[in-house]
Amino acid sequence: MNAFDTHRGIAVAFLTHNIDTDAIIPSREMKRVSKEGLGEGLFANWRYAAPDDRTPRADFALNQAPTNEASILLSGRNFGCGSSREHAVWALAEFGFRAIIAESFGAIFQKNCIANGILTAEVDTDGIAGLAQWCADDPAQHQLHIDLRARVISGPTGKNVRFNIAESDARKLLSGLDPITETLADVERIDRFEADHLRRSPWVDLSTDDAGT
Amino acid sequence: MASTLFDKLWASHRVTASDDGDDLLYIDRIALHERTGTIALNALAARDLPIRHPQHVFCVMDHIVDTLPGRGDDTQMPGGRDFIVSTRKAARHFGLRTFDVNDPDQGISHLVSAEQGFALPGLTLVCPDSHTCTLGALGTLAFGIGTSQAEHALATSTLRLRKPENLRVRFEGALAPGVFAKDLILKYMAEYGADAARGAAVEYAGSTVAALGIEDRMTLCNLAVEFSAFSATVAPDQTTFDYVHGKPLAPTGAAWETAVAQWRALRSDDDAAFSAEHLIDASRVTPMVTWGISPAQAAPLGGRVPDAQALDTPLGRKALAYMDLKPRQPLAGLPIDAAFIGSCTNARLSDLRVAAQLLKGRKVAPGVAAVCVPGSSRIKREAEVEGLDQVFREAGFAWREAGCSMCFYAGGETFGPGKRVVTSTNRNFEGRQGPGVRSHLASPAVVAASAVRGALTAPTELS
Ligand code: SF4
Repeated sequence: MNAFDTHRGIAVAFLTHNIDTDAIIPSREMKRVSKEGLGEGLFANWRYAAPDDRTPRADFALNQAPTNEASILLSGRNFGCGSSREHAVWALAEFGFRAIIAESFGAIFQKNCIANGILTAEVDTDGIAGLAQWCADDPAQHQLHIDLRARVISGPTGKNVRFNIAESDARKLLSGLDPITETLADVERIDRFEADHLRRSPWVDLSTDDAGT
Repeated sequence: MASTLFDKLWASHRVTASDDGDDLLYIDRIALHERTGTIALNALAARDLPIRHPQHVFCVMDHIVDTLPGRGDDTQMPGGRDFIVSTRKAARHFGLRTFDVNDPDQGISHLVSAEQGFALPGLTLVCPDSHTCTLGALGTLAFGIGTSQAEHALATSTLRLRKPENLRVRFEGALAPGVFAKDLILKYMAEYGADAARGAAVEYAGSTVAALGIEDRMTLCNLAVEFSAFSATVAPDQTTFDYVHGKPLAPTGAAWETAVAQWRALRSDDDAAFSAEHLIDASRVTPMVTWGISPAQAAPLGGRVPDAQALDTPLGRKALAYMDLKPRQPLAGLPIDAAFIGSCTNARLSDLRVAAQLLKGRKVAPGVAAVCVPGSSRIKREAEVEGLDQVFREAGFAWREAGCSMCFYAGGETFGPGKRVVTSTNRNFEGRQGPGVRSHLASPAVVAASAVRGALTAPTELS
């Protein structure tokens, strides 16, 4: 996965609460058994004229310069709630998003972001409103700068907003290491736990025919 | 120290704790379906990583597979066949048990997990599907994950997770006639909102929950992700043990006795502390229905859409426009175009029985498209033994093969743009059941009564 340390980019704001993963990528856009080719389906219901008509809707921010180049997304409470589809994150990443700043996140979506190297920054209501205001006038000039180590987002006029992220998630983003490789590096501790666990509750083990008896 | 049910489930699966706040949690069971699971399997295969315990994993065709009689690998969803064929291939590569298209035990993954005894009290179970929390009804610590996490769980039998907060939601009192678990949970969300749990693990408790059967508890747990819960569990009790007993993968003989003794300890200690506690007086709940585009936008069926002031938010305005409703509009009597009984929320045998009882000797109103999709092939079979299929058919419902069907739209079957649907499912998001489809979530009883009247109707009105 991509490591994340600092990032500067154009921000786009969708300040509605409870934007769900069906809205981020509608199910019909998940056409293939693949993590790729999903960027085009990002926000498809809002971005295009109709499900069978790819004409861009002029009134949608991702179809307007300069927010069509956005790499930071601002939103309200509970962003990414709903379906667990990681396709939502793959679509955001493919479009070019590197960070989502919101009041709170859907729990599965949040973990999916971290797994794909996308920062999830939690900022309170006033902070979000402030950031949106900075960007609204001139998004290209008023880019945001995010510093993960310092937990700070700075705006065009030198103003700063602090954000929250769990320590473990910050560590994963900064290291960019593959979590499976990391976990398997110390597989003995899993072996030890498992031996105890299966001794205590033998019915957990379905590998032997007599597990149930 | 006193601990909660969730504390106990977590502690018994914690492999190690790390200083950055993540725990390594042992995962006992992994369920996969053709829509999201196959991508995880293919990613592992591409890296040449084995599955640590293939016998603790199963695959099922539920999302993309058609529910029309005589179905095969071809689907109404464009390109759907690929999902089915790839899943079969990946499952064979890893040697996984697969509930294929016409397997007699095929069904929606969460229901298959319960029916097979794959989910048991005290186990951890994950699936790359947000409604995995349904299985908390059995006292299982079950939760939805993303594809990357599924890869990690398959390869290592563990997940790295921060232990969430713990919320108790209590329902107290007896249910009025015509009121079901679906109404309870819609009422809860209407009161506490779509982010009520804020990522916490939920325990449902109280006299109402204790009196519910497992299938109704599954409805409660199913909807937990709609108010942003990490998981939802009900402490296992005699009702649970009776349900689990005799399931194909449940322990038997002496192991059964040991298991039940262990499971009896899975309850919150009297003085255990929760991060928050919410309470609903269940005796005052009446049949509910959603009017908006979030499951929390729900109101009593006898009530109205909220007033203009309450709806003066981006979400409120969006909901009114999408649902084509006006502030203060009465909900009862709102004409519908379609009625759908299906999904992991409310398509179990008890749901079908309730609906059939209301449909017996009655007809679906002219012009209403009515569809019933049993949650699993096993449920379908059992319903047919009781003759419920006949009742549905005679009333004018289509009777389908098991699967997710029109609970969601994948580019295939839908009721059509602008259609107003009363549905026993769990999500009323914009476009969830197809572009422009207006979904009103309700209990199977409300769906059946509304189908008969051709308009939103409480079950008690139908006499
Ligand atoms: S029935 Fe609906 S909610 Fe349940 S698993 Fe299938 S698509 Fe998801």
